[in-house]
Amino acid sequence: MKILVPVKRVASLDDEFELRDDGRDVDPDFCEFDLNEFDEYALEAAVQIKEAAPEGSVEVVVLTIGPDDADDVLRKALAKGADRAIRVDDAGLEEADRVAIARVIAKVAENEEPGLVLCGAQSADQGNAQTGMSVAALLGWTRAAVVSKLDFAPGAATAQVERELEGGLVECLDVETPAVLTIQLGINTPRYASLRSIKQANAKPIECLTPHDVGLSDAEIGAAGALSRVRRVFVPERGRGEIIAGTPSQQAARLLEIISEVNG
Amino acid sequence: MSGILILAEHRRGTLRDATLEAIGAAGTLKAALGGPVTVLVIAADPAPLAKAVSVGAVDEVITVARPDAATYEPHVYEAVLRSVIAQRSPALVLMPHGVDSFSLAPAVAIGEGLGFATDVFGVAVEDGQVVATRAGYNEKVFVEIDFPGRTGVLLTLRGGSFAPETAPASPAVSAIDAGDGTARSKHLDWRDPPATGGIDIPGSPFILSIGRGVGDEANVAQFLELADGLGATLGCSRPIADNGWLPKARQVGQSGQLAAKCNLYIAMGISGSVQHQWGMKHVENIVAINKDPEASIFTIARYGIVGDMLEIAEELRKQKGIH
Ligand SMILES: Cc1cc2nc3c(=O)[nH]c(=O)nc-3n(C[C@H](O)[C@H](O)[C@H](O)COP(=O)(O)OP(=O)(O)OC[C@H]3O[C@@H](n4cnc5c(N)ncnc54)[C@H](O)[C@@H]3O)c2cc1C
Ligand SMILES: Cc1cc2nc3c(=O)[nH]c(=O)nc-3n(C[C@H](O)[C@H](O)[C@H](O)COP(=O)(O)OP(=O)(O)OC[C@H]3O[C@@H](n4cnc5c(N)ncnc54)[C@H](O)[C@@H]3O)c2cc1C
Repeated sequence: MKILVPVKRVASLDDEFELRDDGRDVDPDFCEFDLNEFDEYALEAAVQIKEAAPEGSVEVVVLTIGPDDADDVLRKALAKGADRAIRVDDAGLEEADRVAIARVIAKVAENEEPGLVLCGAQSADQGNAQTGMSVAALLGWTRAAVVSKLDFAPGAATAQVERELEGGLVECLDVETPAVLTIQLGINTPRYASLRSIKQANAKPIECLTPHDVGLSDAEIGAAGALSRVRRVFVPERGRGEIIAGTPSQQAARLLEIISEVNG
Repeated sequence: MSGILILAEHRRGTLRDATLEAIGAAGTLKAALGGPVTVLVIAADPAPLAKAVSVGAVDEVITVARPDAATYEPHVYEAVLRSVIAQRSPALVLMPHGVDSFSLAPAVAIGEGLGFATDVFGVAVEDGQVVATRAGYNEKVFVEIDFPGRTGVLLTLRGGSFAPETAPASPAVSAIDAGDGTARSKHLDWRDPPATGGIDIPGSPFILSIGRGVGDEANVAQFLELADGLGATLGCSRPIADNGWLPKARQVGQSGQLAAKCNLYIAMGISGSVQHQWGMKHVENIVAINKDPEASIFTIARYGIVGDMLEIAEELRKQKGIH
């Protein structure tokens, strides 16, 4: 059985950043990129299922949609226990929203026929919490969001999961498989990659495909497959509080004043 | 295509406040989009919930009673909601942005071909078209989204962004049978969060919270002492609780505690994610200490210190004589 783990290369913005000329996104020159934190947990959950199963019976496949540079997050995932990596190149995917990205993931899932797809509950940068559950809808598979515990024996007809709800309330449930689950932070403790596994990961091939290669038609690619469009990105005029300047000692002194002013 | 359809969110027999916020939002959009405002209640026993949503601008409540909807089940809800949308063709469908809607909204939007955006905190109608505003890059920018070519739009709304509607109203209530749909997951049990062991985030007037900026587990103990010395309750962001560095009862935010009675909240090394803000944004006096001058926590803070939380903490201890 395969477990498919779609992973996203997320951006964090530099201290100073500028928007793209068309004003519809941040200029990527001002971004630093890393593997989405939620995906580290999804990957670890997949690798733990593999390790608990008879050797060789489970294959963990990681997938990202993005430019060449996104290979970095695939290598990181390979170093942390994924067996195979696929990147669908983003050329032609301009204007792809979450649903359009989910169409790519769903096609790869159709081709790979995994028993589970484990996505991150959301991304650290855009945070729509939409992509994984869109994949499930497109596949017509069972779905559960924000999974904080997962028990699944490969081949079983159901998985036992817990969903973490608002206020920390937990719902325990059985879900039919194949299923798409989105994984919450804290479900496990993601491993560190050893130097040896990093070296091995760097030597592994990455399968690079186009959206057409995976079987998408033009009517499903990019804007054509999207349900929304970004019209404008802007830095909001927002009130900023009083910035307390000075040395740490002066700043701490002022903070103590504020504490006694407020607490009276 | 007209009118606004709201899906009521409820859990363990109680309507969630976020539904009243969605009704509030619908009230402000009704004139621009045209009525009616309809609330759909899917439950095993919808009657008490139908009463709870009979507020404000609501013109009609549709109830669907199904034994398999005793608890939220995404595949059952999807079938019911899609069949109601197909019958009514609302211009706008609203639901709270929450853990339940995560697994529902995409299937409904894709299935019915609706324009779709999530975690929306601003909605406008321009020339009859819906435009939604949400945030991006961990709250550092705002994003305006439109839906070219879509006649209906589904939005999930960020909690706390729209004033809840509570004024009683007398809408028509109609019970219908809608949607086939079979459950594909089975509710087994609820588990309440573990006992708080006397830690009282909701009741504390003064909270000092630490986030991932604390860096290392070894640094955590000194913040317990610091909070103690200052007379504050120590709180934290989710990663600190996930790591097991502090108990979950100290976690502030959407999947943790609401700082309900807090008047002074010092956030150290916390970036200001929407889920953390949910638990503390309302506090009148927020002090943010963060080494990133662009951290979004500064946009909700009354006072800010751009700097190293460990350095500031050391100075605070020195000056207060905390050892
Ligand atoms: C080539 C390209 C072009 C884009 N163009 C636009 C655009 O014009 N306008 C616009 O608004 N947005 C655009 N995007 C952004 C895109 O819509 C989102 O980044 C993406 O779909 C995920 O949304 P999210 O970050 O909110 O993730 P969420 O919905 O929060 O879901 C996160 C989870 O989904 C999975 N996932 C998300 N993205 C990927 C991915 N790329 N590869 C593999 N798994 C993934 C991961 O499991 C991740 O944990 C583009 C993205 C790409 C890659
Ligand atoms: C369904 C769901 C529910 C969630 N519920 C919650 C919740 O209840 N509560 C919650 O907190 N999160 C919750 N989250 C997680 C949330 O999305 C964020 O991941 C989390 O809030 C980030 O915590 P943080 O700010 O401590 O870490 P980060 O976002 O990593 O921020 C760390 C900050 O520390 C700063 N920093 C680093 N070093 C220093 C230093 N030496 N001095 C000063 N500053 C420093 C950095 O500049 C950065 O801004 C939830 C997520 C989901 C999907």
